[in-house]
Amino acid sequence: MNAIEFKGVDFSYSEDGAFAIKNLNFSVKEGEFVAVLGHNGSGKSTLARLTDGLLSADKGEITVFGTPMTDKNLYTIRKQVGIVFQNPDNQTVAAIVEDDVAFGAENIGLPREEIGKRIDFALKAVGMEEFRHSTPTRLSGGQKQRIAIAGVLALKPKVMILDESTAMLDPRGRREIIDVVTRLNKEEGMTVVLITHFMEEALLADRAIVMNRGEIVMEGTPADIFERHEELITYNLALPRIGYICKQLQAGGMDVPDTLDYEKLAEEIAKCVS
Amino acid sequence: MLKDVAFGQFYPVDSFVHRLDPRLKILFLIAYITAIFLAKNFVGLGACLFVLVLIIIASHVPARKVLRSVRAVAFLIVFTALLNTLFYHGETVYWTWGIFSVTKEGLIFSAFLVIRLLLLVTCSSLLTYTTTPVALTDGIESLLTPLKWIRLPVHELALIMSIALRFIPILMDETERIMNAQKARGADFETGGLIKRVRAIIPILIPLLLSAFRRADDLGDAMDARCYMGSKNRTKYKKLKFGWRDLIAFLLGAALVTGVVLMRIYLVRAI
Repeated sequence: MNAIEFKGVDFSYSEDGAFAIKNLNFSVKEGEFVAVLGHNGSGKSTLARLTDGLLSADKGEITVFGTPMTDKNLYTIRKQVGIVFQNPDNQTVAAIVEDDVAFGAENIGLPREEIGKRIDFALKAVGMEEFRHSTPTRLSGGQKQRIAIAGVLALKPKVMILDESTAMLDPRGRREIIDVVTRLNKEEGMTVVLITHFMEEALLADRAIVMNRGEIVMEGTPADIFERHEELITYNLALPRIGYICKQLQAGGMDVPDTLDYEKLAEEIAKCVS
Repeated sequence: MLKDVAFGQFYPVDSFVHRLDPRLKILFLIAYITAIFLAKNFVGLGACLFVLVLIIIASHVPARKVLRSVRAVAFLIVFTALLNTLFYHGETVYWTWGIFSVTKEGLIFSAFLVIRLLLLVTCSSLLTYTTTPVALTDGIESLLTPLKWIRLPVHELALIMSIALRFIPILMDETERIMNAQKARGADFETGGLIKRVRAIIPILIPLLLSAFRRADDLGDAMDARCYMGSKNRTKYKKLKFGWRDLIAFLLGAALVTGVVLMRIYLVRAI
């Protein structure tokens, strides 16, 4: 079954304005890890908001695990779809970590003991158990964003959307988030939609989608997408650094294949040099 | 508990008073203020003072800190006392000048007033010294719950208050960032007259307000995405618990009020 399905979806922010999303057909399978790439204004964040019902489509049909997006189904869908947003400070409700993680679980009226269990589970999943009684203001960006993930996990969603959740973090914080998300996907079978403009992050996905001006312009495995790096540049996206290293080595006459794996590249270089 | 609060006057130690249920502390303060104003003689006020000293000792808040809160209102207290002394009409007159007179009754009345105000300010500030803003909000929410009956949105008000508290440190950081940005562009906040200084604040306030609105928007989305539907069918993870400490404090408060009331009934004359 498809976790998320868009059929001919249109959306624009103003009555007469340009389409933010134009005749979009898109689906994500259960358990899949999809990266959505795109420059600013490509419509990738709009996609996240439409999936969770924070925005409603002008035209077309959106379904989440077969449930159509309607006012009546709104909270059924929101329980299944969790979104982690960009700014960690702006998505924390409470002044103490455990209270913030509890927020979603309290909203859907779970009994106290169950909320306690879910806090344990969610904080463990993001490796933040020891900060349970801390105040989020004192944590690093990566830690705050892990708390935001825990807050979403406490609702036990089946899909997690990360809407540029790593954009404001330093490289270390970014790695922390990507590690957590990859583990959730591999070990818990969580369906993940990773929206980003950092190409490196898309490497771990099963499938990558490139959006431009509200449309899907490229689709394939991350390796496929990177292979078409000249096309990427026309959408204002750059290859991950390792991709350029490969290209430069090839241009310099070294016989290395295109790869996104640093260790593999090192081996290939070693072969060429010896 | 140490890490809960980064601002305000909360004094982060672990003590008997810190561990009391916030609801009880709020109710105790109300009872205490009632007792102060019901006490008609020095014995009654003495009892109030004795209880206050007990609380201060049990709270582990240094006396220096406690006195600081008194200093803030010292002028007001002195001024009130002076007016009352000069204008009170009594029988035993010590000194008069025009409409002013100092009488024995006036002096006693002023002394009562000063003691009452001192006790009031000290006890109120002890509440904020020993209770985190979060706990205080929880306590107020819980105490106001019966007002849901008259359709007062108690949960929403408490949530607004706790979110406001949470964003204070974030907005303070933001203010500093904006000030530094403006300083880097040559803005001057330190010199000039009042008007010039107030004007210099405008380029700080506008970006700060804009950012606050943007944050509010983001937070609204994040709350929606986490299934926030208002207080309907909502459960609460943290329950305030009434423990043995609370029982002791409750008995102490009840004894004080009862004692003062009994004294008021049976000892008619001020000693």
